[in-house]
Amino acid sequence: MNFMASTQPENRLLGPQSDSQRTLYPYVTGTSVVALKYKDGILMAADMGGSYGSTLRYKSVERMKPIGKHSLLGASGEISDFQEILRYLDELILYDNMWDDGNSLGPKEVHNYLTRVMYNRRNKFNPLWNSLVLGGVKNGQKYLGMVNMIGVNFEDNHVATGFGNHLARPILRQEWHENLSFEDGVRLLEKCMRVLLYRDRSAVNKLQIAKITEEGVTISQPYSLKTYWEFSAFKNPTQGAVGSW
Amino acid sequence: MSKSAIEMPPKGGFSFDLCKRNEMLAQKGVNPPSFRKTGTTIVGLIFQDGVILGADTRATEGPIVCDKNCEKIHYMAPNIYCCGAGTAADTEAVTDMVSSQLQLHRYHTGRESRVVTALTLLKRHLFNYQGYVSAALVLGGVDVTGPHLHTIYPHGSTDTLPFATMGSGSLAAMAVFESKYREGLTRDEGIELVTEAICSGIFNDLGSGSNVDICVITKYMPQGGKEYLRNHLQPNPRTYTSSKGYSFPKKTEVLLTKITPLKEKVEIIEGGDAMEE
Repeated sequence: MNFMASTQPENRLLGPQSDSQRTLYPYVTGTSVVALKYKDGILMAADMGGSYGSTLRYKSVERMKPIGKHSLLGASGEISDFQEILRYLDELILYDNMWDDGNSLGPKEVHNYLTRVMYNRRNKFNPLWNSLVLGGVKNGQKYLGMVNMIGVNFEDNHVATGFGNHLARPILRQEWHENLSFEDGVRLLEKCMRVLLYRDRSAVNKLQIAKITEEGVTISQPYSLKTYWEFSAFKNPTQGAVGSW
Repeated sequence: MSKSAIEMPPKGGFSFDLCKRNEMLAQKGVNPPSFRKTGTTIVGLIFQDGVILGADTRATEGPIVCDKNCEKIHYMAPNIYCCGAGTAADTEAVTDMVSSQLQLHRYHTGRESRVVTALTLLKRHLFNYQGYVSAALVLGGVDVTGPHLHTIYPHGSTDTLPFATMGSGSLAAMAVFESKYREGLTRDEGIELVTEAICSGIFNDLGSGSNVDICVITKYMPQGGKEYLRNHLQPNPRTYTSSKGYSFPKKTEVLLTKITPLKEKVEIIEGGDAMEE
């Protein structure tokens, strides 16, 4: 980037012609990602839906990908921007491997890189329209962080993006504790994903759960959650109030 | 003062005459004052013997908490209570109005009020005002036909549900309900679940806070079917209060107190009649 060449007036960025040069709104989006730290590492869950506005267009979108040896990235928001981020990270990991020095980028480093990328793009009014969850384990240290499209980033024991912030966070705050076992962690994640399935209109009942430990990354096969619709009050809600709905 | 050419008798409903002028003012930068809202968590659930309603107690005016311990569970009838979220004035006024209409109706018919009556009166009023009466309500009660729980939205639509949440903290509370509700809860389990849902709203939503109010309505309880547990749980007590209390240091010592009346004269009014009544 040479700064001398950009002599265009500033308002060009906000004029009608330049709108084709920057992201204004997302098109194909993924909904929430929920993740938590457990005894051996990080557990992350995301469903496989890619919505095109209010249509459910793609039903097999993998929104979680392993990065390098030590990290797992989950994304919600614009899918094309997620694919672009994967390419950036690919290049980053490649250059890191080319050093061939026995060192490899851990989750903290990848998270920092992503934060810089997201914040810089936001400053140019051309954001990558995503909320990213980055989790990993390196040398026994577990790390779980989040970055969103305006560059807000933080690290915590449990994170959620999008609707998960409102629906899953309260459950996680109440029920998460240190040293969850794998089964408890999965059960807690499934509880959150089930509430999201009931109450988020862009959620689909096909999800994957990913686990990252010191040994490596495992992303499960897609499966669906059991839902319960047999409340007698749902079957005939207006039984006592005939005429209302 | 110029009057309109034809004097129309006032019709019912909202008068939209000033809307254009308000928009023009807003464009020029003169904004109307903000409302006192009850950014809120309100919930209701049906358990095996009746209905339990719950609410937090924080009232906000924009970013400021203006009332730390307000009452959001309003009385409608001896067997019907209503929680209100949205603009505080709207919820109070609308529930008071329907409550008095219900009482007149009870005198007229000689029977206990039904929840659907309150529901219909509320939704007719709210629809009439096309959403400008910003009251989102959770109405619950027990009548001869059984326990009922309804939600009413500001535009006048209603839902009949086994468990319901409204307000800014509704998602946090709904997360608790969706994961833990089941049919046939006992009274204590129901109260615990409602408390948990309200606490979830209190601790995860900025618009809700302070204490938890609960109202249990059943057919069988000794106090005529209802139990109003005001401040059932107080998870946000004041910390760091001084045990000694406050003592203000005496800056100026009082040496002498002397009262001198300014006027000595006392006027006597003669011939005044004692007031009758």
